[in-house]
Amino acid sequence: MSRKLELIVLAILLIFVAQFIYVSSTTNAEYGGADDKPEGVIEEITGGTYKPIAEPIWEPPSGEIESLLFALQAAIGAGVIGYFFGYYRAKKNYENKLGYKGKSKPEGDRHSL
Amino acid sequence: MTHLLYLLYLLLYIFIIYGDPMHIMEGFLPAIWCIVWFAISIPVIALGIYKLNKLVKEKREILPLLAVAGAFIFVLSSLKMPSVTGSCSHPTGTGIGAIMFGPAITAVLSTIVLIYQALFLAHGGLTTLGANVFSMGIVGPVVSYLIYKAGMKAKLNFYLIVFLAATFGDWATYIVTSTELALAFPAGNVLSVAGFFSSFSKFVAIFAITQVPLAIIEGAVSALLFKYVIEVKSDILVEMHVLEDSVVRKIRGLSA
Repeated sequence: MSRKLELIVLAILLIFVAQFIYVSSTTNAEYGGADDKPEGVIEEITGGTYKPIAEPIWEPPSGEIESLLFALQAAIGAGVIGYFFGYYRAKKNYENKLGYKGKSKPEGDRHSL
Repeated sequence: MTHLLYLLYLLLYIFIIYGDPMHIMEGFLPAIWCIVWFAISIPVIALGIYKLNKLVKEKREILPLLAVAGAFIFVLSSLKMPSVTGSCSHPTGTGIGAIMFGPAITAVLSTIVLIYQALFLAHGGLTTLGANVFSMGIVGPVVSYLIYKAGMKAKLNFYLIVFLAATFGDWATYIVTSTELALAFPAGNVLSVAGFFSSFSKFVAIFAITQVPLAIIEGAVSALLFKYVIEVKSDILVEMHVLEDSVVRKIRGLSA
């Protein structure tokens, strides 16, 4: 089957990586989070007069703990996606082999990854 | 079996908790704007909860797909990626949910994500929840959904449509966030057209440019995920009227 889409996505990813290698080797970019920058802009616009009306209830105690939470998040998400794709693929495979035909199944459905 | 499905339903909620593009930080919106955005977002969330209950009641078999869409948001939003501007941001992952389940249900999923993040990761906040739901959970998915519908009508290449929908949905989220901040913090401290645009350009400069490459990556990966869903489970998509049977045949014909 065609792998055209995979190749296009791969090309986009490679361009992205090249961009990163180029920018990081030619500048002193810090690669901080964009999420924290508006704070500075708000301070600049209001002349530092704006006081936040609330504080976060809890913050991850360090950058390490934050990375841990993010890695965990990616791992769980990838696990779920892998589980269901594996489940559907095997199901389809065995249904075809054993000759089951689901009721609402469109024809030509015995396409495998 | 029923228990297993309930468990999946619960897990799904946990899996999407970090769907975090850019949130307005806790306390960083004046009270009046917090109220305005809550007032706009709450009816949409209510509609989404109604639709979600109805859909799950009618078609329990969509739960795994809901879990995959949620897990996709989970993975994508955990990847803080370096951008051309020298700072990092991450994709939203809401495009897939919007295409498969519509903007209202995606708004519900995003709300749960945002509440969890506000509580446990100090990302976003409870006071700014209404504003963040509006940008990430409502406008982004609505843009994705409309682009998808328009693209299908125009009979463009299917994967190109998914790419465009996810890319512009991601980008729209950041434009709306910038708008919300500019409305609350116009230059000169008084809301005027000039003051708004002056502030808007500053906030957009932070996010919009950083987000362009990431939005493109998000679009590309979303298209790829959609390809695999169609390969293994196209019947559910047809049943949910996301895709016409004829479109599935055509895609299969092209990619076979």
